[in-house]
Amino acid sequence: MRHQNRIILSALFVVIGVLPFVFTSSYHISVMIFIGIHAMLAIGLCLLMGYAGQVSLGHAAFFGLGAYASGILTASYHVDPWLAMGLAAIFTGLVAFIIGKPLFRLKGNNLAMGTLGFGIIVYIMLVEMTDLTGGPSGLRGVPSLSIFGFTFDKDIKYFYLVWALALLFLILSLNIVNSRVGRALRSIHGSEIAAEMLGVDTNKYKIQILIVSAVYASVAGSLYAHYVTFLSPPPFGFKLSIEVLVMVVIGGLSSVYGAIFGAAATTLLSETLRGTVPKLLSGAGGEYEIVVFGVILMVVMIFMPTGLTSGTLNLVRRWRQEKALRVETREAEDGNAVTGVPRVPEGRTAIEDN
Amino acid sequence: MKQPKWLMVSLLLVLALAALAVGACTATPTPTPTTAPKPPAPAAATPAKPAATAPAATTPAKSAATPAASKPAASKEPYKIGGLFAITGPASSLGIPERNTVQLLEEQINQQGGINGTPVKMVIADTESDETKAVLAAKKLIDEDKVLAIVGPSQSGESLAIADTIEKAEIPLVSAAASIKIVDPVKKWIFKTPQSDSLIVQALVDYLKAKGYTKIGWLSVSNAFGDSGKVEFEKAAPGAGLTTVAKESFGANDTDVTAQLTRVKAANPDAIVVWAIPPAAAIVSKNVAQLGIKQPVFQSHGIGNKQFIDLAGTAANGVRFPVGKLLVADSLSGSDAQKKVLQEYAKGYTAKFDANTLSTFGGHAWDGFWIVAKALEKSGPDRAKLRDAIESNTKEFVGITGVFSFSPTEHNGLDKRAVTMVEIKDGKWVNAE
Repeated sequence: MRHQNRIILSALFVVIGVLPFVFTSSYHISVMIFIGIHAMLAIGLCLLMGYAGQVSLGHAAFFGLGAYASGILTASYHVDPWLAMGLAAIFTGLVAFIIGKPLFRLKGNNLAMGTLGFGIIVYIMLVEMTDLTGGPSGLRGVPSLSIFGFTFDKDIKYFYLVWALALLFLILSLNIVNSRVGRALRSIHGSEIAAEMLGVDTNKYKIQILIVSAVYASVAGSLYAHYVTFLSPPPFGFKLSIEVLVMVVIGGLSSVYGAIFGAAATTLLSETLRGTVPKLLSGAGGEYEIVVFGVILMVVMIFMPTGLTSGTLNLVRRWRQEKALRVETREAEDGNAVTGVPRVPEGRTAIEDN
Repeated sequence: MKQPKWLMVSLLLVLALAALAVGACTATPTPTPTTAPKPPAPAAATPAKPAATAPAATTPAKSAATPAASKPAASKEPYKIGGLFAITGPASSLGIPERNTVQLLEEQINQQGGINGTPVKMVIADTESDETKAVLAAKKLIDEDKVLAIVGPSQSGESLAIADTIEKAEIPLVSAAASIKIVDPVKKWIFKTPQSDSLIVQALVDYLKAKGYTKIGWLSVSNAFGDSGKVEFEKAAPGAGLTTVAKESFGANDTDVTAQLTRVKAANPDAIVVWAIPPAAAIVSKNVAQLGIKQPVFQSHGIGNKQFIDLAGTAANGVRFPVGKLLVADSLSGSDAQKKVLQEYAKGYTAKFDANTLSTFGGHAWDGFWIVAKALEKSGPDRAKLRDAIESNTKEFVGITGVFSFSPTEHNGLDKRAVTMVEIKDGKWVNAE
């Protein structure tokens, strides 16, 4: 397992390291920067939703808190950007800890509603706390990042920074997932009551993983703030929470790699559609993007409830199994030996649920 | 678990391939311009201007002879201008007329032989009213489509979000968004055409003062538009001896504002000022009628399109607001420098598009397009020279929004002439007395 991960990770490192040399245009690189930022959000939500089974419809709030904390500290109070990023992460983690306690008393649909409410509250605060956040007119003057005189002013430099952090989060997450904590989280996902019966402090683990995912989102937000250098509330609204959810679902709820895949697929698709749809249908615009996303989400949920990545894997596995089964039954029929053998063994449903 | 991980890696690789495909997709339009002189050529070949056909028609031959894009051939390629508008999403009522307008102008300018014989090509991009997407779309216009200048984006937030990208890429931008923050402090590469809120608010404040309304009840929508209106009003009101007796806000998606209006009514103002765009702006006017509030209602330039009248119905009657002159072009005096330009734009636009979408927003794009086109005539296809030409060449330029004069310290360049007071009477716009 560990060995496998190492190979995959080094493959990822190579692919990501080489990508900017394949796509040299600043546009392509900035698309990949946004993929990286989205990937951090998706990895965090994947831990929370895919592993611990706790739905969140307010993930954009953590992203916004991180972005605004960084933005306000650097633009209004001239704090060092790196220190500000750290403070933003601590602040967001603290918020997650405080809201986690009451929030996780809720389960299922109620939890979804609670997180939705949290997202809306944060959004309204960003809009209404005009003195602090600049309100709807936005916050200007967020500086670019630099370290020891090295400024991340070019897109390509920022690309490596974002992806270095994204991969760091990926490794951290893999470690969490493959540890005692990860097993505890999965047990919560399976059955909270059973997990508690076995002595897992479910509330503690749920809050811990919420904090982890909030910190990821906060750092992603800080990176967004220093990249765009202007903040206003709309990008941190409900729409983003849903987009991150789509990324995680498309990528596969139970795979942190899938989260990166989901972030990339969603961002690329949205960029491609914006360019191509108006060419195919004159007069049409971005609204078709929502239609396409809706269709993809429906298809994925119906046919691959475990996500595109693991869904495809399951399909391949099932196809192999069926092939093997067909061979078996043919042999059986040829020999006229056994009657009453079920064509579809019960094991198949078990595989699907996997 | 062994295979799955490997398959995941291959999926990631597939994704990289998909990214390649995207690259290919975006790359394909790039060669198109090389063959693009052909489509403009028939357009230019209208019987009225046969001379224009000659330079355009020679282009394919030349570029065929020297495929290595030697300098003379490159200069005959169409001038590409980016149009970055919120064509979809909440701000589409701004972006659609803007897109329509630049497409109309592209057609018109090419029929007249283009700029110095070079056709113009508008590359339109949709921001989906989203700031993050506006940044990506701007980068795409700059790096992939290699446009010479960008007209747009529609919204202030989008314009401020791409400001950094624009300054770093060193490409002229003529924004179609209102916020003063876009050009204050002046940024080297960024201009804007709509009136700043301070100009609009000043016109309204002067009017209120002249009419003797001193106690004002204020309502504004809680977004960048309403926020900016409120700030400017607070700045301008004391100078004119106006006092704000009530101050309320509402959401852009609110469907009822009676609670806020009741509080405003209780403060007994002389007049009510509402700063919002439809549909919320129309809801306020409807609620005013429902509550039987007798005080005169003033709104902002945000209601300067047919949508407000459609939504508010009879409640729209009697509403007065400060706005650009386009809405009342026909009733302007003949001596007004803008009258002819305004009437021609309105005629050209309504002949091709839905007359209901004719609005001052399209006018902002009209101004942006012509400011860039006029400067291109002087500068040729070079971003830096074009920027200098926009700054130095735009003097007393008569546009739809007003009369522009840019300078190194002034990148909006409008004066009082750009605003007039309009009243809605029987569902029609007339000059307010």
